[in-house]
Amino acid sequence: MAENPAAEVTTANPVAEAIAALKAQFPDAVTEDDRKGYTGIVVDPESLVEVATAVRDTLGYNYLSSATAVDYLGKGDYFEMVYHTYRVPAGGPPLVIKARTPRDKATLPSVISVWPGADFQEREAYDLMGIRFEGHPNLKRILLWEGFDGHPLRKDWKEAYYEQDQKPFDSRWPQGHVHRAEERNPYGKNVRYPEGFTLDDFTPVGEAPNYEGIDLGVNVQEMTTPGLKTDRLVVNLGPHHPSTHGVFRMVVTLNGETVEDLQPVMGYLHRNHEKIGERNTFLQNMPFTDRLDYITSMSNNLGYALAVERLLSLGPRYQPPTYRAEVIRVLMVELTRVVSHMWAIGFLLNDLGAFYTPALYAIAERELILDFFEAVAGSRMMCNYMRFGGVFKDLPERIQGIPLLANDRVRNEATLDYLANIINERLPRAIDELDNYLTNNEIIVTRCQGVGILPPEMAIAYSAAGPLLRASGVPYDVRRAEPYSIYPELDFDVAVRYNGDIYDRYLLRIDEMRQSVRILKQLLPRLRETEGQPIISGSKAYSPRVPEGEAYGRVENPKGELGYYVVSDGGQNPWRYHVRAPSYINLTALGPMTKGHKVADIVAILGSIDIILGEVDR
Amino acid sequence: MTNGDSGLKALHNPDIPVPEELQSTIAITSLDRIYNWCRARSMWPLLFGLACCAIEMIAAAASRYDISRFGMEVMRPSPRQADLMIVSGTVTKKMVVPIVRIYNQMAEPKYVLAMGACASGGGPFKEGYNVVSGIDKYIPVDVYVPGCPPTPQALIHGFLTLQKKIESQSLRTVPWYRSGESTAIPIPLLGPDIIDPRQAELIRRQAEQAAAQAAAAPSEA
Ligand code: SF4
Repeated sequence: MAENPAAEVTTANPVAEAIAALKAQFPDAVTEDDRKGYTGIVVDPESLVEVATAVRDTLGYNYLSSATAVDYLGKGDYFEMVYHTYRVPAGGPPLVIKARTPRDKATLPSVISVWPGADFQEREAYDLMGIRFEGHPNLKRILLWEGFDGHPLRKDWKEAYYEQDQKPFDSRWPQGHVHRAEERNPYGKNVRYPEGFTLDDFTPVGEAPNYEGIDLGVNVQEMTTPGLKTDRLVVNLGPHHPSTHGVFRMVVTLNGETVEDLQPVMGYLHRNHEKIGERNTFLQNMPFTDRLDYITSMSNNLGYALAVERLLSLGPRYQPPTYRAEVIRVLMVELTRVVSHMWAIGFLLNDLGAFYTPALYAIAERELILDFFEAVAGSRMMCNYMRFGGVFKDLPERIQGIPLLANDRVRNEATLDYLANIINERLPRAIDELDNYLTNNEIIVTRCQGVGILPPEMAIAYSAAGPLLRASGVPYDVRRAEPYSIYPELDFDVAVRYNGDIYDRYLLRIDEMRQSVRILKQLLPRLRETEGQPIISGSKAYSPRVPEGEAYGRVENPKGELGYYVVSDGGQNPWRYHVRAPSYINLTALGPMTKGHKVADIVAILGSIDIILGEVDR
Repeated sequence: MTNGDSGLKALHNPDIPVPEELQSTIAITSLDRIYNWCRARSMWPLLFGLACCAIEMIAAAASRYDISRFGMEVMRPSPRQADLMIVSGTVTKKMVVPIVRIYNQMAEPKYVLAMGACASGGGPFKEGYNVVSGIDKYIPVDVYVPGCPPTPQALIHGFLTLQKKIESQSLRTVPWYRSGESTAIPIPLLGPDIIDPRQAELIRRQAEQAAAQAAAAPSEA
């Protein structure tokens, strides 16, 4: 079940070799990106699909991790699509491919034929940046609605509450004026209409685009069962539905009870992380990362810190995080993994119809961990704990409560004892308990085995990540494939399961929690040894000088590979801040996975992907 | 029941004597009080989570905080059966349309609790182009709970505040017993930006003003 894929041989610099090979093969179409702080190749759009095919088939970069667009307004006036491709399961650094199009043309070929995982990401780039992808079969808005005015991530697009390009806004600082943005808006709310717009000649686009291409099938179809006639039927699940894991919606076409087609509709929680992120200073984005996947704020912090640290390392005075900081980081991240997997399993059971009781068991231990987070970072959920070069605060000496009444019994324990108790006693017991109750449960076995199968080739093609990928028999874990922090010195196995169904995804989460506990056990002595050492390197600058360039920082989040693509132009704020959200991209495979199953299985399959809408819609 | 205070004794009007041995079983009170007492202690929230705050709402319903102590644990997925809508998270322009629709579908008496900074006023994402600056721009809110996210304790405090509000209402004045139909809130439209139909007139005036300004501008130049 568990094996170690780290034992693979890599050449000195596979990426440089790949680039050389591509330049030799496509001398006219491929050039190296020689801007300062940038890497990878720039490909002529005409040959993009051809080059991409060679990259995938000849060079083995079969996994498209992230595809996103950057608007270089005033810096060459073009849009650039950036593709980060990896070798899966071999591991190693990315081959970064770029393609440019002038701002007024804004058209590029779609790479969906090479990497189907580009589907939603290209739609997102179309929606938010206004780039048209030729050859994309379903190019419509994904996060916003049809009829929305403009493409918000373009640099010249201004939101209704726009004040300035960059924070801190003059109106707030240094004078410190407080005002409500509504008061300056003629409508008293966050809206802005195009010039001359009135309701007189306005007809809303409405719901029609969501049903485009669906054959409603008035013709009654004969199914294989003789005599049984079924109608085609379109059913909307969500956005307000008790088992859709948040405000997520699926437009499902059914034939009888069988799923023929499933189109996810999202954007109901699109909170504009990326636009806000461009206005924020680098550090101001840290608390926003908490709110991406709000179950795992600690590991979101780490991904962003890694990306910006990578940028900082291009500068002269960079110091890597201290050892103690790395130990604390991994401690937080692995605790988070256990919390998240427990949550996922508890709510998978909810989806199977075991309403809330299993979830209560699964999230009981979470409270202990959240108490620890609260004692360390000051907040149960939104920890905002990591900083560039380290963490915000050292662990407190004791975890204690405040007695409110005279005879109150409150917790008062040394932090390390508290942690040791969680790690050595509580968590293993809770994992065993779940395992005992659930793994051989008849209902779980019948409803989960063989349902929602995702074969390994498809998992890679659809850019599935995390448990979804590993339960399909692909042993790929960023902690081993492109190690960060102190993972290389820690002992753990990459969990992998081979059937690719709901049941294996569940088992894989149990395996992974056990591996996390194994890691946590190794951290306890390290915490003791490093006590008193600095928790952050360099100065605690609030707005560090970030050198010009680009960086892609990725971590193995509980939901899958979380990546941050950050571009700096040397200013105080990121020029572009993009989040490669695992939940979002994992949904690309939802449609194909549900096809042919019964309608009741949809929610179970969705539950087994484990999505968090904060991260899906961003 | 949590404590003696909210039990039968608290309900009883002390001006009317009841023999001591019957005090634990009989209470004499006004219709208003018993009506509100019952309602306040069996609020059924809508099972409805929006964003991060919903996670703390779930935590409030779980074993450690356990809102069933306050008669609030019966979460109903259908708006028809719910008394209380907890707006637990960021309200986006895309989502406010279904929210208003769901609100209209809830039967009266109904209450709204805005949980967290986002639902109360836009929160950290306020300036976002797809974010509504607080749900009270569209539907009336009874209780605001501050925090990002509010801790489960804070949410429970919000429930208790709501119970107080309910207990202060009177059958004679509550809107849902007035004659005539209650008016639904117009559903917002998704156009170039979100449109509140109640602002149609304002939108027209703004467009006219802008047109007048545009006409005046070239002559100056
Ligand atoms: S108030 Fe904070 S925690 Fe709640 S939904 Fe908004 S961002 Fe999330």
